[in-house]
Amino acid sequence: MSTPKDRNPSSQPPTAEETAGLLRELVSHLRQNRTQLREEWARRITRAQLLTAMTEEEIFAEATSVYDNYVEALETGTFEALQAYARNLSERIIPRGVETHEVVGIVLLLRDVLARSLFAKYHEDFNKLNRILDAYEPAANRIANTVAVGFVQERERVIRQQQEAIRELSTPVLQVRERLLILPIIGVIDPQRARQLTEQLLRAIRTNRAKVVVIDITGVAAMDSNVANHLVQTVEASRLLGATVIVTGLSPEIAQTLVTIGVDLSEMATVGDLQGGIEEAERLLGYKVLELAAPPAPKNN
Amino acid sequence: MEVPILKQGHYLIASIQSALTDADLMQLRESLVARVGKFRARGVIVDVTALDVMDSFAVRTLRDITHMARLRGAETVIVGIQPEVAFAMVQLGLTLKGVATALDLEEGLAFLDTQARERIDRA
Repeated sequence: MSTPKDRNPSSQPPTAEETAGLLRELVSHLRQNRTQLREEWARRITRAQLLTAMTEEEIFAEATSVYDNYVEALETGTFEALQAYARNLSERIIPRGVETHEVVGIVLLLRDVLARSLFAKYHEDFNKLNRILDAYEPAANRIANTVAVGFVQERERVIRQQQEAIRELSTPVLQVRERLLILPIIGVIDPQRARQLTEQLLRAIRTNRAKVVVIDITGVAAMDSNVANHLVQTVEASRLLGATVIVTGLSPEIAQTLVTIGVDLSEMATVGDLQGGIEEAERLLGYKVLELAAPPAPKNN
Repeated sequence: MEVPILKQGHYLIASIQSALTDADLMQLRESLVARVGKFRARGVIVDVTALDVMDSFAVRTLRDITHMARLRGAETVIVGIQPEVAFAMVQLGLTLKGVATALDLEEGLAFLDTQARERIDRA
């Protein structure tokens, strides 16, 4: 698609020197009108109902530092400081529930505000305005990009961190007696989680010096051959560390699946439910639970 | 490097200190089996705590030691397999079937004591 000639009077792309000169001029213009443009921007943010999670003073304070960083990035052409600031800003505002569209929205608003002020300033000299825009647009695009990417990256980092935390939480290895661990598994087991489970269990066996481990899979709804094989591997690896594993709580569906797909579980000790598993483990460890004739009466102090 | 073999009561303790070549492993096997007879040992403990890799030859040698020592009248227990090593072993299908394992030296000694007691009870 060709653009009409009159819309692009600066037919030759500006030289680097020229761009630098124009940017300098632009920056000094933005510096001069700092207060006014900043206020205009903050007003537009409020009017567009962006950043509703923040108070007006906060918006104004952030707007000021974003503005200064923005102008600095335009002036120096380096984006590291802006990148660092964007990351830092994202870190602060993500926990407050600021959304991606809001961040992108405010950066685009600033762009708009600045462009309008340029139109107002150079409206008499169309040629000059065009050249200024030639210098301004690429830099402004890069700034918008940098801020948005910084925000999204920070968000992704937070999400990854939370996933990690959830995964850690989802596999507690608990000691119920001296040398007896239980590992209740709840939910879906994917290969990654299965691997992590095994690693955590093996580490716990060593630190707690466990002899018997009861793995309870009552909370596992379905199991395929991969997961079943991984379970067998976990049992074998635990044995290499000198611990016996008892698997409890296989649901009828899982039992049926395992028999149908022909996973060999002959090496695995299985007991119907968690209670039975713990009783069996106590027997292996030489514990004996005695039932007292009557529970002792509570003492009154 | 030769693996030192210590005699402790009725038991022999071989403590592997560093990665072993195949020749070292074979030598360990020969000398352990020979000493089981010489000292009339009732149990053998092979401590592999220092190993962070266990290949198929090492696993086969450990299994051979167990079976040969059993034929000469001694129970063998492998102790100190690291969690990462254990995980890698089962993934390679090296599961040391029929070989007793224990967490560490202390557990290994306790295991052999229990075995000895059971043997006496049976007799």
